[in-house]
Amino acid sequence: MAVTVAVPTRLAHAGRERTLITPEGVALPLTVAARGSRIGALIFDLVLLFTILFLGSIGLMLLAGGVAGLIGRFGTGREAPVALQFLIVVWIIFSFLLRYAYFLFFELGPRGATLGKRRAGIRIAARDGGRLTAEMVIARNLLRDIELFMPVVLISSIGAGSSPAWLAGTAWFALFMLLPCFNRDGLRAGDMIAGTWVVEAPRRKLEATMPVSAAVGGAFQFTDAELAVYGEYELQTLERILREDREAAMVSVQAAIGAKIGRPVDGWNPRPFLEAYYTQLRTRLETGMRMGKRKADKHSGGSS
Amino acid sequence: MTTAFASETISAALLRSDRFRIEREADWQRLEAIVTAAEKGRLRRISDEDLLALPQLYRTVASSLSIARAISLDAATLRYLEALVQRAWFVVYGPRSSLIEWLRGFLGGGWSRSVRGLGQDLLTSLLVMIAGALVGWLLVAHDPEWYRALVPGGMGDTRVPGASPAVLRETIFGHSGQDGLGAFAAFLFSNNARVSLLAFSLGFAFGIPTLLLLVQNTAIVGAMLWLYHGAGLTVDFAAWLSVHGTTELFAIFLSGAAGLHIGRSMAFPGTRSVLTAAAEAGRRSAQVMAGVVLMLIVAALLEGFARQLVDNTLGRLAIGGFMLAFWLAYFFAFGRAGDRVADRGAGEARTWQ
Repeated sequence: MAVTVAVPTRLAHAGRERTLITPEGVALPLTVAARGSRIGALIFDLVLLFTILFLGSIGLMLLAGGVAGLIGRFGTGREAPVALQFLIVVWIIFSFLLRYAYFLFFELGPRGATLGKRRAGIRIAARDGGRLTAEMVIARNLLRDIELFMPVVLISSIGAGSSPAWLAGTAWFALFMLLPCFNRDGLRAGDMIAGTWVVEAPRRKLEATMPVSAAVGGAFQFTDAELAVYGEYELQTLERILREDREAAMVSVQAAIGAKIGRPVDGWNPRPFLEAYYTQLRTRLETGMRMGKRKADKHSGGSS
Repeated sequence: MTTAFASETISAALLRSDRFRIEREADWQRLEAIVTAAEKGRLRRISDEDLLALPQLYRTVASSLSIARAISLDAATLRYLEALVQRAWFVVYGPRSSLIEWLRGFLGGGWSRSVRGLGQDLLTSLLVMIAGALVGWLLVAHDPEWYRALVPGGMGDTRVPGASPAVLRETIFGHSGQDGLGAFAAFLFSNNARVSLLAFSLGFAFGIPTLLLLVQNTAIVGAMLWLYHGAGLTVDFAAWLSVHGTTELFAIFLSGAAGLHIGRSMAFPGTRSVLTAAAEAGRRSAQVMAGVVLMLIVAALLEGFARQLVDNTLGRLAIGGFMLAFWLAYFFAFGRAGDRVADRGAGEARTWQ
């Protein structure tokens, strides 16, 4: 149900914006996660898994050494195979669980993201806008096994000395790693099978309303013609500059606006000037919106 | 009196879209607090009142968003609302079941239902496996050299063509005192798990590699059956194999069917798009595969322990036969009443889509 819609303003991540229609019919804007952040998340997860596996193995080895020492001192020597065998079983189960349970546990959690994905600010979601189910998460993670680890198995089963094995393994790896680059939504094989996708999960604070100072009805009254030159894109850029509140940027923007509308701005404090212009421009544009007239940016006409 | 006057002056000074925001801000903040707690997994700390209000608040904020889009040009507020509605949507439509709850539903009928849902692919998988065993037998019967090509064997493996019946008998009896069974079982499990996951995952290359993998694996069984048949040990070998084989081959059979299910829905998606068809089949198959992993654990335990401890043909046949009967009953007789309920549920869900 994901469709691309025409968005009135210019966007920072053009091409990755999607609108999902939820079951209640709310149009929900989503941004497909950038491929770079997905790779970053994957590398983070893998490094974490390998570190845990490495530390766990060392721990078990130390334990085995300790057990062997104890047996050497007190035992009859017959216990050694049983004890070591038990540790090997523990290790095999540990590494198996680590590989499968890590992804399942975190992606089934309320955040829908592994630790790496959380860091990258992305999460998984159902592509049809419905509920994300346990089956979907299982399906996409089973597929990860062949996408990532299959070449390693292939090479080790044929033999590291064989060049065809390396060629086939590399081709396999490249095919699955590049798959997300060949579809619009950056789906890997597991996402296709499971009906999921990876999207950005932004968390934002509610910022204060734009300060509306006494200047609205004060010294700066702009005429209709002076306000008509800019559109929504410029308004929102101005909003960002006012929120960032950097003196140098405000001075240059004030100068640019002054030059454009033909008003001398020398000696006037930039902040009240820009606040007044912002408020009056926004009032004008929002009134236009209610009348069904929108002006996307300074290049477009009265309505678009 | 003074406060009313003050708020009046403020509202007079504000933009209409800011007034809209200030009137609704409290609801937004409340939803944000609930959603943040839910994201941190602290559902227990949310009061019942808040939890009941969540769906209503979600809809309220979603409608605030669509109104704000129509009347407001405050980019910060719009972005905040978009992010908030998205997070609330993830909470309301996130995975509802925890791993434990899912497991209960899964073992209590969900698994058998998805196995039955594979339909004709079960038949295909079974036929391909029988054909594979036949091919293995016929190839080796035609030319024993095929045996070495089909069966991967170590240097010390005595199970080769030309081995005497006594040697072959030794390979299937008399290991009850052996050590190293636990580690062996764990190794077998992780190896078998890989083969079945492969059979499943390769399904999305339209199922063809799955077919090849099934044939290759059952051809080994066919070739070994021929070998023991030549030594007059057919029943003993079948019994030896059946202890874990009825479970293990059943698991491979299911994973093959799951792989073929995906392959077939992608090759013949019908009126759906290829991706939708693949996703539908993928979800059903994933249920089956989660169960296959469980079956392989059972098979590895049977192979590592039961087979070595029970050292006679009749006992082995009894265990293998019981396991086969158990799986058949579980998959094809258990939870049939649930099918109708599930079908009706799906039908009702479709009505509202």
